[in-house]
Amino acid sequence: MKITLLSIFVDNQDAALAFYTEKLGFLPASDIPMGEHRWLTVVSPEAPDGTQIVLEPSEHPAVKPFRDAIVADGIPFTSFGVKDVQAEYDRLLALGVTFTQPPMVQGPVTTAVLDDTVGNLIQIAAMGGA
Amino acid sequence: MGDVFKALADETRRAILDELALRDDQTLFEICSRLAMKHGLGSTRQAVSQHLDVLEEAGLVHSERRGRYKFHTLDTSPLAQIAERWPPKDTP
Repeated sequence: MKITLLSIFVDNQDAALAFYTEKLGFLPASDIPMGEHRWLTVVSPEAPDGTQIVLEPSEHPAVKPFRDAIVADGIPFTSFGVKDVQAEYDRLLALGVTFTQPPMVQGPVTTAVLDDTVGNLIQIAAMGGA
Repeated sequence: MGDVFKALADETRRAILDELALRDDQTLFEICSRLAMKHGLGSTRQAVSQHLDVLEEAGLVHSERRGRYKFHTLDTSPLAQIAERWPPKDTP
């Protein structure tokens, strides 16, 4: 068994695709019309055969109360690996990305938390100092 | 307003104040991460949230909802009553 897909609920698929490609730098993978929405996935250019992220519409009524609660407490939905959190923070800040937590060294790990503009907080993390 | 002395009489709450002294505007997630990584305190988020309520009632922490996030900030002004009640003696 292997991990091929990871789903993230997004408020708007167009805005999500723009953020995940233009800001975070992922590549579009699948974009297939499915009725009102699309089967929309992105993949990391550093692992083009790796896990794809499904940008899934957040319209189910259970999604909003769940996300509102975890976002209010600053809890990231998932975490992406980067080589240098401080450099990535500086780059994304210059692109207008909002962070709820600037780079913080936690023992061997450095993390930061950003807002993906389509409903989620996302952590970026690196092993080693910032 | 809650009791400042009671609020301070707990190791975890003092550690929360230590971490908030380093940076304003921390989410519950950041505070929990700091407690776990820097203080070895594995309190649940719910327990930390309750500690924050006690600190907030004592006026030592203010929380502010900004957009979709809730941030916590240290306020040391209630501590002034300690020095007023027991002022330091002048050293000879």
